[in-house]
Amino acid sequence: MAYRVVHYINQFFAGVGGEDKADYRPEARDGSVGPGAAFTQAFGGEAEIVGTVICGDSYFAESMEEAKTQVMEMISRYKPDAVVAGPAFNAGRYGTACGAVCEMVAEELGIPTVSGMYPENPGVDMYRKATLIAETADSARGMKDAVPVMTALVLKQLRGEALGMPSQEGYIERGLRRNFFAETTGAERAVEMFARKLRGESFDTEYPMPTFDRVPPNPPVVDMKHAKVALVTSGGIVPKGNPDHIEASSASKYGEYSLAGFAEITSETHETAHGGYDPTYANDDPNRVLPVDAMRELQKQGFFGSFHEMFYTTVGNGTSVGNAKRYGAEIAQKLKDSNVDAVIVTST
Amino acid sequence: MAHVCTIVPISLTVGANRIIPAIAIPHPLGDPAKTKEEEFKLRMELLKKALAALETPVEDQTVFND
Repeated sequence: MAYRVVHYINQFFAGVGGEDKADYRPEARDGSVGPGAAFTQAFGGEAEIVGTVICGDSYFAESMEEAKTQVMEMISRYKPDAVVAGPAFNAGRYGTACGAVCEMVAEELGIPTVSGMYPENPGVDMYRKATLIAETADSARGMKDAVPVMTALVLKQLRGEALGMPSQEGYIERGLRRNFFAETTGAERAVEMFARKLRGESFDTEYPMPTFDRVPPNPPVVDMKHAKVALVTSGGIVPKGNPDHIEASSASKYGEYSLAGFAEITSETHETAHGGYDPTYANDDPNRVLPVDAMRELQKQGFFGSFHEMFYTTVGNGTSVGNAKRYGAEIAQKLKDSNVDAVIVTST
Repeated sequence: MAHVCTIVPISLTVGANRIIPAIAIPHPLGDPAKTKEEEFKLRMELLKKALAALETPVEDQTVFND
């Protein structure tokens, strides 16, 4: 008896239409549609696509709750043993939809799922823990390579076979930790790795380090007396109550708040959202992290021209480099748009 | 941009170009061991250093120690 698989795809791969049909409501069709044929062939009879559920990427993104409900209902009706979603390559809305569908299927039906995405697809960061995501190229040109990888991943899960490391099996690292006893101690492995490095031999790092770029220094501020200066902090200072719920760790956002009317900030008006340092001192006197009082005084004394009304804040604790880069770029653009001449960034 | 921060090695690693070492992790621009007035003065001095750094031409990453 072949395993029953349902395939989730978007309006484009279903041949319904392109962007003009991105609002396509969920539809179920028996058997395979579009790229499903390639999966059917790869399954080699061990599994079959009993049904395909199609949904427009924009409809899914904009009406997620209704779309999820309808898609879930259509998938369930086929009584599948597994669900394959996409591959979405680098299409953001599609990747997000595939991830959401897989997550929902895993939770509600408890069956194996697999999707395929380019590592930069936003769906990866959001759903890598909820489902297996095969690493694919950034466009549909990678379809012929994605299908066998996704096929193997879903068949292994269906057969109950253990999966190896991401690099072996072709899926994107999920950030899941599995402890094991190594045969040699860390010290021995480190020395061995160092010896290989010294001998000019190849070695595999056990932990890839992020690479940081360098930016050439900006020229100095020429006329500070007339310059507009802004404050930005990674120390997590927010209005009291943390109205936008900036997370204590792994911040998913930054805040933009007004200092209009504040000669200083206090324990009554502000607090820190940061979970990575003892908050006592910052909560007691937030100027210790976001120095509003001193900035006001320095501006009054003529050290600089004007103090920008808005400040920007996030929590640096465990924030991913990717996200931090994005926040920095967005904040910088907003500061530029406000004709800010210089920025003081404070970090804890 | 001037980075007023406590852990200078991190700032150097991520590539800040004008770095001003701060006082301590939980209070980079403060010192609870001091009076409010002394703290305010400390904060003013640190920020003056930051402003001075912003007015200083630098060729490479620079830590403004004094």
